[in-house]
Amino acid sequence: MHNQVIGKPISRVDGRAKVTGKAKYAAEFTAPDLLHGVVVSSTITKGRITHIDTGDALALDGVVKVFTHQNRPKLAWFDMSYKDLDAPPGSPFRPLHNDRIKYNGQPVALVVAETFEQARYAASLVKIEYAQEPHETDLQHHLDTARKPASGLASLLKPPPPKARGNFDKAFTEAPVQLSTGYVHGFEHHNPMELFSSTVVYGKDGKLTIYDKTQGAPNSQFYVSQVFNIPFRDVRVVSPYVGGGFGSGLRPQYQLFLAVMAARELKQSVRVSLTRQQMFTFGHRPATVQHIDLGAQPDGTLDALRHAATAETSRFEDYIEVVVNWSGALYKAPNAQFDYNVVPLDQYTPLDMRAPGGVTGMSAIECAMDELSYKLGMDPLELRLKNYTEEDPNEKRPFSSKQLRACYQQAAERFGWTKRSPEPRSMREGHTLIGWGMATGVWDANQLPARAEAVLTVNGKLRVSSATADIGTGTYTIMTQIAADTLGLPLEDVLFRLGDTDMPLAPFQGGSLTAGTVGSAVKIVCEDLGKELLKLARKMPNSPFAKAKFDDVFFVEKQMRLKADPSVRIDLQTLVDQNGGRAIRTTATSMTNSLKQGKYTRYAHSAVFVEVQVDEDLGTVKVTRAVTAVAAGRILNPKTARSQIIGGMVWGISKALEEETVMDHRYGRFMNHNLAEYHVPVCADIHELDVLFVEEHDDVVNPLGVKGVGEIGIVGMPAAIANAIFHATGKRVHELPITLDKLM
Amino acid sequence: MQIQVTVNGKTRKSEVEDRTLLVHYLRDQLHLTGTHVGCDTSSCGACTVHVDGVAVKSCTLLAAQADGCAVTTIEGMAIQDSPTTSQLHPLQEGFKECHGLQCGFCTPGMIMTAADLLKHNPNPSEAEIREALEGNICRCTGYHNIVKAIQWAATHSTKPEPNQQEEPVVADEHLFTNDVTTGEVVETH
Repeated sequence: MHNQVIGKPISRVDGRAKVTGKAKYAAEFTAPDLLHGVVVSSTITKGRITHIDTGDALALDGVVKVFTHQNRPKLAWFDMSYKDLDAPPGSPFRPLHNDRIKYNGQPVALVVAETFEQARYAASLVKIEYAQEPHETDLQHHLDTARKPASGLASLLKPPPPKARGNFDKAFTEAPVQLSTGYVHGFEHHNPMELFSSTVVYGKDGKLTIYDKTQGAPNSQFYVSQVFNIPFRDVRVVSPYVGGGFGSGLRPQYQLFLAVMAARELKQSVRVSLTRQQMFTFGHRPATVQHIDLGAQPDGTLDALRHAATAETSRFEDYIEVVVNWSGALYKAPNAQFDYNVVPLDQYTPLDMRAPGGVTGMSAIECAMDELSYKLGMDPLELRLKNYTEEDPNEKRPFSSKQLRACYQQAAERFGWTKRSPEPRSMREGHTLIGWGMATGVWDANQLPARAEAVLTVNGKLRVSSATADIGTGTYTIMTQIAADTLGLPLEDVLFRLGDTDMPLAPFQGGSLTAGTVGSAVKIVCEDLGKELLKLARKMPNSPFAKAKFDDVFFVEKQMRLKADPSVRIDLQTLVDQNGGRAIRTTATSMTNSLKQGKYTRYAHSAVFVEVQVDEDLGTVKVTRAVTAVAAGRILNPKTARSQIIGGMVWGISKALEEETVMDHRYGRFMNHNLAEYHVPVCADIHELDVLFVEEHDDVVNPLGVKGVGEIGIVGMPAAIANAIFHATGKRVHELPITLDKLM
Repeated sequence: MQIQVTVNGKTRKSEVEDRTLLVHYLRDQLHLTGTHVGCDTSSCGACTVHVDGVAVKSCTLLAAQADGCAVTTIEGMAIQDSPTTSQLHPLQEGFKECHGLQCGFCTPGMIMTAADLLKHNPNPSEAEIREALEGNICRCTGYHNIVKAIQWAATHSTKPEPNQQEEPVVADEHLFTNDVTTGEVVETH
């Protein structure tokens, strides 16, 4: 009732630091006598290193050392030590471990020199000879080797495919309208704007302070501690600003290993930054092949649904993502079957990339539903509504909240969907074909435990901290809002800090779970601080709060007041004075209410409507207009949330039309490993984008009722665009991205 | 070799290697790390600075080529009113207020490119802004708010009144600083 800033479009608290160049990213911290490391990458895909000649490199002025598998220090032996907190089942990649080459671009040497220029030149002089072995990198040529992925702890957040229900085979065979279709998606690389870098500051006592590009400083600390056998207290990882992540920073990348190794061996501070080309030499969104069968009644009722996906993984780890479960949760089809398999290839292990699995699977099912709508002669939106479900058919339990129907209605109205002429190629303007398409988005709303600390300082200001990350999402800002509201302080009296392993532990930033997870910890720790303040107030002589319980008071305008009589009030500053002028400090952990949450399926939803213009002669596609309605619980800050959704929609445009890492399978090497040839949208590619938030009240997902908005924006876009392209051209393209050659 | 470059109004005499790129000179020698490296191949625009008033990608220029030139980086955009206070450039205010940034990595380059645009075209249309930013990639915002930020700056190009845009009082400094102030830099003025 006294909310002042939650839900308001507050400008970013980190805005000033970012527009003045003062925000420091991992490669921008420095230390006296900092050495620079440059990585040498393998030029073959599979085989062994037979000879390394570092003579020319070492002969150069300023070159300190060249690390290879031949001279690296002895490190942890067991695989277990190399497993970071996000490692999938398998045996993690170890840089410079031995002479084996497992994938193209693998780091094979680190050249360390006094200046970056010296290191870079010296790296070009390292001569490596290989004995090559035949490699396999093409998913579509090795589908016959697909197998079930190994399961591990990862399945806690990434459930296996749902159990089959009913009798799919029978229902599909008997269905009057049948559709069998398939979709192929290529590799994609996250390509955050910031290059992966680690600056390792070597302390006098051998302790390390590591400025790392990561989505979770505690994960980097854990990894370094395990691999190098250093106690936690001697490794501090700091990451106040992160230049984008999109999943790429969920696992420590090899520059961290190399920089730490070099700093410890040379007893000197070292920085290692990757090049943009090397940003294509670790995790990626896996290439996938999907197959969907739908069986329906003439009125559109789905009787049968089968969704099967095959994805590539590396030879050493089984990367898993949730691809096929979404379709089973979205449509009530009583007879359904799901399958998910992986094909190990000579590549690096894939890695979660914005809405991992979700955007993949939803793109397929939502294109298939569009195909079915034309077979039925039914409006695509009407077909969705016909099969709408209020209960999760996979788990046979209710949704914690689901305003998808309102999303469909509001977005359709805003878009003007009723004016659509159903026939493909029926909306042309001269040589320009116009198409309208729609699709649905679904994404998880998970919560994990997290810790936070709150301090009311001697001057009555609030400081809150938690070792989470802000990869550009707005965490600094929304946590400041939550803390300010909970203790009734103006925003400028609140400072939230993150990205430092000296702070209380929080999970990495991923899966759209930070707002709910860390937000809950911040709320709880501020409430605990409020309870401490009440204790102090009660102890005061003749205190009007003497008998008050925590539920009897509220915080507003830097004061604690009695709900029953708001004129009974006390300044928070007075309470600090009451504490002998000492700061008041609390630490708290927010736990998840698994018992309650387990009874519900917790998803964010979206409905997307898109207009495209396709040049009939050239096949060029423009997304001229898109409307997304999002139901993601409570929106803490419409300014940051809207930007997240728009950014996600542009990722959807990118996935649908532009983005793909293309491999030359003869060499097992990505060909377009730079930002000139790996296409992502630029400013002029983007036209009208509209976002609607359909607010939901949800007290199951977490105490704040937020579902997170980092990923839901991308999920429905690619299918909506592909469906609009079909409507414009009459061509159904089964491979993403839909480049102009596929429309000619 | 020795070069003399005027960076953000201060003349610097520095010893650089022939092969040192302007961006590395700014970042590693002058510690002006607001100019970011996103690609090395002139594709992303994160390293954009002004050389003699023209926006250039500093990863594609040798430091030696800037000898005798005036360079402006993001750190030089705010207007220093007095020894202790400074006001943000309208573009900086615009990006901050219109949420023209998320992770902030592309932001300095975007602002420097936009400043060049506004110098030549003080009231650009949306289409002109989108065309002008062809060499700058943003992976977070989806560009809409960047366009708005530049439009905002175009209508606020007069210098704001002093004290109007005071820095908010914050409980503590928001930044982690680990600045090293020593280096090979010789300031002559």
